[in-house]
Amino acid sequence: MANIPAELRYTKDHEWAKQEGGRIRVGITHFAQEQLGDVVFVELPKAGARATAKKAFGVVESVKAVSDLFAPLSGEVVEVNDALAKAPETVNGDPYGKGWMIVIAPSAPREWDGLLTASQYEEFLAQSGP
Amino acid sequence: MAMPRYDKLVFEIGAPGRVGYSLPASDVPVEDPRAGIPDSYLRREAPALPEVSEFDVVRHYSRLSQLNYGVDTHFYPLGSCTMKYNPKLNETMARLPGFARLHPLTPPASAQGALGLMHDLAQMLGEIAGMDAVSLQPAAGAQGELAGVLMIRAFHRANGEKRTKVLVPDSAHGTNPASTALAGYQVVQLKSLANGDVDLADLEAHLAPDVAAFMITQPNTLGLFEQRILEITDLCHARGVQVYMDGANLNAILGITRPGDLGFDVCHFNLHKTFTTPHGGGGPGAGPVGVKSHLEPFLPAPVVVRRGEAYALDWKRPKSIGKLQAFWGNFGMLVRAYTYIRTMGPDGLREVSENAVLNANYIMARLAKDYDVAAPGPCMHECVLSARKQKKLGVTAMDIAKRLLDLGFYAPSTYFPLIVEEALMIEPTETESKETLDAFCDAMIQIAREAEQSPAVIHEAPVTTSVRRLDQTRAAREPDLRWAPRR
Ligand SMILES: Cc1ncc(COP(=O)(O)O)c(C=O)c1O
Repeated sequence: MANIPAELRYTKDHEWAKQEGGRIRVGITHFAQEQLGDVVFVELPKAGARATAKKAFGVVESVKAVSDLFAPLSGEVVEVNDALAKAPETVNGDPYGKGWMIVIAPSAPREWDGLLTASQYEEFLAQSGP
Repeated sequence: MAMPRYDKLVFEIGAPGRVGYSLPASDVPVEDPRAGIPDSYLRREAPALPEVSEFDVVRHYSRLSQLNYGVDTHFYPLGSCTMKYNPKLNETMARLPGFARLHPLTPPASAQGALGLMHDLAQMLGEIAGMDAVSLQPAAGAQGELAGVLMIRAFHRANGEKRTKVLVPDSAHGTNPASTALAGYQVVQLKSLANGDVDLADLEAHLAPDVAAFMITQPNTLGLFEQRILEITDLCHARGVQVYMDGANLNAILGITRPGDLGFDVCHFNLHKTFTTPHGGGGPGAGPVGVKSHLEPFLPAPVVVRRGEAYALDWKRPKSIGKLQAFWGNFGMLVRAYTYIRTMGPDGLREVSENAVLNANYIMARLAKDYDVAAPGPCMHECVLSARKQKKLGVTAMDIAKRLLDLGFYAPSTYFPLIVEEALMIEPTETESKETLDAFCDAMIQIAREAEQSPAVIHEAPVTTSVRRLDQTRAAREPDLRWAPRR
């Protein structure tokens, strides 16, 4: 059914996290962008900001709703996808690729283990979703 | 050659040099502005004003007025907005010269009628909601919320308590978390049950010592009465938490039950919903806020008070959260709401809610076969449907809304509340006849058939309106908010 890459980890708030040599790339899932509809604005922190697991790090706004973006892990934001400011539609078109949002240098890497695996996320969607 | 398009912007009609006025020759000496005004404040070029004749202006605005779409022309079932008929008597009363021509700074001794009306309106609203005191200042529901939350904050502070969080359910209108955040609180979102009810166990788990208030809508945004409300308000009070009622849905309970009796400490009124003052472009809003006596010292100043036979503005309120609005609130709206309450009377107001609830249930019952209902009824004054069945056929709530425009109806609220997939929130109000409700239901049922058999006609809609489907995504991504002069 849904598009849920096996190698990523997930949150119940529909963010994905990807291991990249100790750093974590973060975005929102295919399901999230589909539920939001056309994304019109993405507000992200500046590089150097601190992210805290389960706390908001930014905001995504679509034609239907405004939602907080929640950090999957705590740490320092080391990269930010500035291209989304000009082209927020990338989040819809390529949520797992060019639509990434931030990269975190985790301060508590073990938090990774608390995230949902692809199959757990799929199960979570099946339970809670339509 | 075609007629000029009078529905363009006024800047885009007319012709260079055309004027619609002629002033008499000046009978005083004409001064050079450069003589009296510092150079840095002088503009270099003339402002780009419209260059139109009086007739152009009349055609332009007459045309725009024909494009208007409102309760005076169409059924307007916009959920959560209570788009009921606004009696014309309200307008007559608001235009009485004694009200309309009164300067807001008229000394109270010469404005006794207006102050008396405000005093009595506040009392009547207090009686309707079971609240001890009411401020008429806030200019909208959202500002009423802000005032209410600021009073709660002042109350906790006065008690030497430091509470930093406000609980708001995920079914809430966006203004709830917004006004809470604006008042300096951290918003904690609670998950609602599927029918929009509060999950009591979850609420209890969240009622920590740092929680200042719980803010809920009653009936909730799914149009259902929160059955366990007394348990909820008791539970909150036991933890020192104030309970705020978003009064947007008051049209469901007038004369039947009262927020104050349900245990709420604060609630706002939307006069432009429940009490027939114009909604939207027709006039400014008004969102009075009512409180129980323990919050009265914190009401926005000034408060209209009665001293013996005279009315006065009481400014000596040391604990007040301060003034919220220019002058004393949107006074013209207060006259309209007062007129409405007095013409309806207590029994009439109860009938308003009875009929509003009846009408919504009639629609729900007629549409339940063709659309999924968000939660099993009976509902209160509005019903929330889900177009999830239609979505599987490629027809979304937005598509249905657009198709309704072609069939001669304004669309219901869509995609609110957020917890309902493909939500269509329908609030017919009490002022619609059965024929109108039937015609609307027929249109909705027709659209359900079209979704199955001929979805193209839905996807193309609207075709009968002055503009076709607008590109809302592009409008949000590249907002074009004002006319810019062509150079
Ligand atoms: C449930 C609810 N709460 C609050 C508001 C805010 O009211 P206002 O638009 O008067 O600021 C609305 C407005 O539609 C509403 O539907």
